[in-house]
Amino acid sequence: MAYITVKNLSLGYESQVIVRDLNFSVSKGDYLCIVGENGSGKSTLIKTLLHLKEPLGGEIVSGDGLKKNEIGYLPQQTVVQRDFPASVREIVLSGCQGRCGIRPFYNKEEKRLAYKNMERMGIAGLCNCSYRNLSGGQKQRVLLARALCATGKVVLLDEPVAGLDPLVTAQMYDLIAELNKEGISIIMISHDIDAALKYADHILYMGEKVFFGTKEEFLKSELGSVFEKSKRGGECYHG
Amino acid sequence: MCLKKAKEAVNVIMDKLILYLEYPFVRYALIVGVLIALCSSLLGVTLVLKRFSYIGDGLSHVAFGAMAVASVLRFTDKMILILPVTVISAVLLLKSGQDAKIKGDAAIAMISVGALAFGYLLMNIFSTSSNLTGDVCSTLFGSTSILTLTREEVAVCAALSVVVVLIFVFFYNKIFAVTFDEDFSKAIGTRANVYNLMIAVVIAVIIVLAMNLVGSLLISALVIFPALSAMRLFNNFKAVTIFSAVLSVVCATTGIVVAILAGTPVGSTIVAVDVVAFFLCYAVGMITGGASK
Repeated sequence: MAYITVKNLSLGYESQVIVRDLNFSVSKGDYLCIVGENGSGKSTLIKTLLHLKEPLGGEIVSGDGLKKNEIGYLPQQTVVQRDFPASVREIVLSGCQGRCGIRPFYNKEEKRLAYKNMERMGIAGLCNCSYRNLSGGQKQRVLLARALCATGKVVLLDEPVAGLDPLVTAQMYDLIAELNKEGISIIMISHDIDAALKYADHILYMGEKVFFGTKEEFLKSELGSVFEKSKRGGECYHG
Repeated sequence: MCLKKAKEAVNVIMDKLILYLEYPFVRYALIVGVLIALCSSLLGVTLVLKRFSYIGDGLSHVAFGAMAVASVLRFTDKMILILPVTVISAVLLLKSGQDAKIKGDAAIAMISVGALAFGYLLMNIFSTSSNLTGDVCSTLFGSTSILTLTREEVAVCAALSVVVVLIFVFFYNKIFAVTFDEDFSKAIGTRANVYNLMIAVVIAVIIVLAMNLVGSLLISALVIFPALSAMRLFNNFKAVTIFSAVLSVVCATTGIVVAILAGTPVGSTIVAVDVVAFFLCYAVGMITGGASK
């Protein structure tokens, strides 16, 4: 059974439906890239997957031992965080919050987990540094380490490379691919369809038409061939 | 010669202070002042970071309005009305920050001036007091009532402060998580809405308590200045929280002592000390590189 199965999901605001009858699933080890135009409902889909928002219709079923709150989330950076006085350690530890329940303080095991994930992301040396003084790439690594504290199964990345320079972007993609190899399922929202086709094994395209399938199926589909054509024509395609 | 004079001056001040400290009302004022400063600075960090600096101001105006209504209705215990009204407004305001038709800052501005206007209007129309301007002025800028506290009022204030501090310590990690990233916290199962509600209620209680001390126009200062000062110097949440609490207590004590010795209004003196402390921290932060290290 898949970790997440989305059945006939309808998304939207209040009574206005943006997307109807969305069906897809994410299994262990999958790398799913969600691409689509602005306003196509990607952000709403994320919120719904994370149970921050109720779907207008349909359902999301968690399976294969995945608990409802076990999706590690890498959000886009907010204004609040830009000058937030917090050390890297404090932020990564806060990823263990879900494990605490009502217990007020973190235990040894959670602290160890936080340290392990900082090492994994190569930021253990920055542990006492302030988040607000880090570079864009380092910030993303911190938030990714935090997401990994919350889960060992699925991470959901919301435009993880937005605002990063090409070199750091490539490193970030490699890091994510590395995690995927370790068996963590990746759900990534991206504007970068090139990278999506390079790294992902499944594509969910949201727009006027909705497509879900493997990368190969996408390239053979109508949407995929449009993309291929526009690429050959030298136009810049923003997914 | 000069030294001798200075020594004499210090002695005079010390004598005066010791004399004043023998009066229970001065001791009460100090206790209440320190407790309120402590509580308000603890939550101040969260409010400043959540971009809710102005909420203290808005709520204190609501409290002013409620107080006017309570006076008009001749309530003996005005708290019965002020506290619930302020708590409800706090909950509504913090909730509206998320996805309301009227955005957070506009909502705060609206409620705050609205309550202020109605409060003054009511007091003007129905006032029985011979010194209306004096009444209004003391509610807005802090009254001498901090110096007329009874033993019971001090006890209530102390009890509430202990509750606030305990809540803060107990939920410290959760408050941090919710302040830093609400969506993430919710996604991993932290009940962010509950904690937001808790923060709203606690801040409302603090504001009502602080109204006696600095008056409703100056409460925001107690909430935001220590937090902003600490953020100039420190880089992690724990250090910022602890330093802002310590600084706030020091400033409040200094302010009250100066006010007593110099005969200045208590509220504005405390706030003035807070402002000076902020600029000191700002300067130290610039020189040492403090928060940008």
